[in-house]
Amino acid sequence: MAIDGNSAHYDVIVVGGGHAGCEAAAVAARTGARTALVSMARDMIGAMSCNPAIGGLGKGHLVREVDAFDGLIGRASDKAAIHYRLLNQSKGAAVRGPRIQADRILYRRAIHEMLADYEDLQIIEGEATALDLDGDGRSVKGLVLDGGAQTIAAPSVILATGTFLGAKLHFGMNSHAGGRVGERAATQLAHQLRDAGLPLARLKTGTPPRLDGRTIDWADLEMQSSDADGWTMALRSDCRVNPTLFCAIARTNRRTHDIIRASLSRSPLFSGDIQAQGPRYCPSIEDKIHRFGDRDGHQIFLEPEGLNDHIVYPNGISTSLPTDVQLAFLRTIDGLGSVEIVQAGYAVEYDHVDPRILGHDLSVRTMPGLYLAGQINGTTGYEEAAAQGLVAGINAARHAAQEAAVRFDRSDSYIGVMVDDLVLQGVTEPYRMLTARAEYRLRLRADNAVTRLTEKATRWNCLGAAHRNVAARRLSALRTVRESVDIGISADIAEKAGIEVGQHRESRPLADWLRLPGGDAAGLRAIVPQCASIDDEVIDEVIEDIRYAPYLERQAGEIARLAADEKLRIPETLHYADIAGLSSEMIERLEAARPTTIGEARRIRGVTPAALAAILVHSRRRAA
Amino acid sequence: MAVNTDDSATIFALSTAGLPSAIAVIRVSGPKSGTVLERLSGRLPVPRRASLALLRDPKDGEPIDRSLTLWFPGPDTATGEDLAELHIHGSRAVAAKMLDALTSLSGLRQAEAGEFTRRAFLNGRMDLSEVEGLGDLLAAETEAQRRQALAMAEGGLAARIADWGAILTAVEASLEAVLNFSDEGDVDDAGEREALATIERVHSEILNMLETPPAERIRDGIRVALAGPPNAGKSTLFNALIARQAAIVSPTAGTTRDIIEAPVDIDGLPFVFSDTAGLRESGDAIEDEGIRRARAALGRADITLWLGSPSFAPQNGTVIRIHAKSDTRGSARGSDEDVLSVSARTGEGLPALRHLLLRKARKMVPREGQVALNRRQRDSLRVAAEVLASARAGDWILLVETIRQAREALERLTGQGGVEDMLDALFGTFCIGK
Repeated sequence: MAIDGNSAHYDVIVVGGGHAGCEAAAVAARTGARTALVSMARDMIGAMSCNPAIGGLGKGHLVREVDAFDGLIGRASDKAAIHYRLLNQSKGAAVRGPRIQADRILYRRAIHEMLADYEDLQIIEGEATALDLDGDGRSVKGLVLDGGAQTIAAPSVILATGTFLGAKLHFGMNSHAGGRVGERAATQLAHQLRDAGLPLARLKTGTPPRLDGRTIDWADLEMQSSDADGWTMALRSDCRVNPTLFCAIARTNRRTHDIIRASLSRSPLFSGDIQAQGPRYCPSIEDKIHRFGDRDGHQIFLEPEGLNDHIVYPNGISTSLPTDVQLAFLRTIDGLGSVEIVQAGYAVEYDHVDPRILGHDLSVRTMPGLYLAGQINGTTGYEEAAAQGLVAGINAARHAAQEAAVRFDRSDSYIGVMVDDLVLQGVTEPYRMLTARAEYRLRLRADNAVTRLTEKATRWNCLGAAHRNVAARRLSALRTVRESVDIGISADIAEKAGIEVGQHRESRPLADWLRLPGGDAAGLRAIVPQCASIDDEVIDEVIEDIRYAPYLERQAGEIARLAADEKLRIPETLHYADIAGLSSEMIERLEAARPTTIGEARRIRGVTPAALAAILVHSRRRAA
Repeated sequence: MAVNTDDSATIFALSTAGLPSAIAVIRVSGPKSGTVLERLSGRLPVPRRASLALLRDPKDGEPIDRSLTLWFPGPDTATGEDLAELHIHGSRAVAAKMLDALTSLSGLRQAEAGEFTRRAFLNGRMDLSEVEGLGDLLAAETEAQRRQALAMAEGGLAARIADWGAILTAVEASLEAVLNFSDEGDVDDAGEREALATIERVHSEILNMLETPPAERIRDGIRVALAGPPNAGKSTLFNALIARQAAIVSPTAGTTRDIIEAPVDIDGLPFVFSDTAGLRESGDAIEDEGIRRARAALGRADITLWLGSPSFAPQNGTVIRIHAKSDTRGSARGSDEDVLSVSARTGEGLPALRHLLLRKARKMVPREGQVALNRRQRDSLRVAAEVLASARAGDWILLVETIRQAREALERLTGQGGVEDMLDALFGTFCIGK
């Protein structure tokens, strides 16, 4: 299909201009790959198609990790932020999640500006209608655009098509094909993937109606103000640039629930029109009423969509009920008595690929050169998408340069946790990052992403010069603080610095004093002159490390112990069905995920220690 | 677990202990089990049905025995592999000839100790706690041991662990709901206090379980030491105690030269009597060594039979004071209710002594059917208990971390569970998400 001599050549082609695609294209370009970003609509690149918030619990960790690789999402967030909130402030540093509300227009603009800065990155407007495959149909050599009008060549192609694959929108009982409201679905590409034997499955997601903020009685609602202190999402953001806005909290009531309950038969979720599984953590309001009917109210967060935008996103009531029902139930809610809908809520059903066909580099095992990132892998969320874009982008560029694949680990990042979960467990609902998924979350904190990942980012050549310098300064400051906490300090000095020394009168290392109440950044600066000009953030990171030290040590031991399992290779040709005693369920899961080591096999759900022992023995027999 | 033994070979073993007997069972497990049956009997019998066959030596075709054969094709067998059983006549000569014949077949070897169980485990036929119970079951020599082992094999411990795991998972889920979704409303701010109370409850239940008598005592026997000054009649009593039982067990010399040990079954309970004989011989150096060993034996004893003056009786542990040689001297009796008069020669008082031993011993072993713990299980439970005891209010993540650690310790015993189970509990209970 390719017309030689007539086609442009790249190292990496990225299909899709959402959060996964942008991040993938940007990091590929940062590593020096000639990169093309293909989008159906240039203007829509970097659009926030769901709620106007970035970060949060677990998700904020992902943003910081992508940012530690000099990614886009953190910096774009800071450029667009109109409301900052640090969640779980009182629950301990490891689960604190930074989140911002973004001005949609500013966000998209920020992404466009950053992409324009990459000289090796070219944006191509068009529909990717097919992969250009080698003669055997098993490896990728490029992409066909607009039904054959143009073919571009590259050894690596990343599909980051979001919900656009085989997407179908549901407005009440009406449905039609489409990616977002007013945009086309990528139907032809979905056919090709299905024909190539990639396992596809359906998922659904939903959005709430968008409200006209001018018709909301804000005075009747509880207001939420932005955090006053000056933290930012990205390492390189010096300060906050936009004015901040309030959010507000509304609440459904019995009348609301009655209306919804009476109309359930008009929801495609309940009529059987939508079969696909939606996320448990982001249920539609219909689901909430149906499953938790005894509750007398559900919270709705009213989030402004921009500084110069009267549209309000009511978070918590995604729905696919007909528009008249949406308006009726909204108007039962205090503060929304005369609200108007700008865009009705709807449900989207879409195809995703079973991510167990992927390796930890997000490449399709059976089609060298093809990478998948974002919602196509069954995830949900901008942050999850961006993080996968990073992984796929790095590895696609390495593949083009004929360098070995690289991977994140569960013990170094939430990115590692997510990829490992996806490629080993697959998904049964849209996958969202949760801190509960990370077994080592005491070390995987949002505040220490730079410390955890800068070495990898540097080694993989992902950092621009500006980022490299700022990161180096931070790590050097961190070293200074770490060295200072070993110094012996008398009780008098500690007491004078505001630490509650209690009965202790002896001299102890500063680290021991910092564990006591009053042991904070100001106290440390008062005691150690070399740290006088070091930021709270850096000092706080060290203090958290000290507080969690016993747990961190135990976890380090566990990580080392489990690392041995990662060295036990399972032959690629192992037939799990040949291993006596494995249940058919285990065999199905193991065959789908094809773990490469005993450590990976151990993490697959339902695989018991006895089964592992059998797999290990079988692998050895095969090797012998 | 060791993974170095060759798990692909076909193994066989004589499963019947103590030849001669009416029937001796030889089990064969592994890929060649079917071939073995064909080579010996000339055909493969109908699966899972006893078939009579004339077994011949594959070398020269000479008949060895007419016996029952059983054929169990894998994987739904005890070991998860192809399995064959030969029920031969239990003479030493027939068994020896049959084992010789099997050894001569290529790809076959004698099983090592525990290897059948090991294969059952490797092939996923049982989990760890079942394997350990089964090991004890196979080694059981008495009825009580058999019942206790059966309770373990049937998963008594696994059921308790599953209960605790479910309780801890629910608490963890309620804390995680807040940690992960506190921004999204509709999550009950589940009280730390509630979590701590539940943790305390599980903690005390685990401590209770740890207080049940250990499994080793019922497997290895309750140690009873006879002690006292020279010539108190220890050896005579020792012989009397074990002589009655000689039909069941024979005395064996202890590993130490001067302490004699003998396992004895009294009313289904296993005892090991030890006679601290060294005390009676007195050359200086030897006596010192003898005393040292006697003390050590006393230290290991679950029950001490003290045959000396009541005022010199050891103060520690369970001590039964005995007035021996009651047939020759009547003087000391009656003055002390707690002193049991026994004459090993006439048998006077021996039934009472056995009765008393049984009464004391029953308190030291798990009740029949009660879950008993071995050392590995006690260690893991102890870790879980210690971790739970460290739970403190103040930092939610550390609280969750504590629960996770305790769950891990419990799950190490059965090998189940994980984050996903907790998430299931979480999503099933709370309405979360925007």
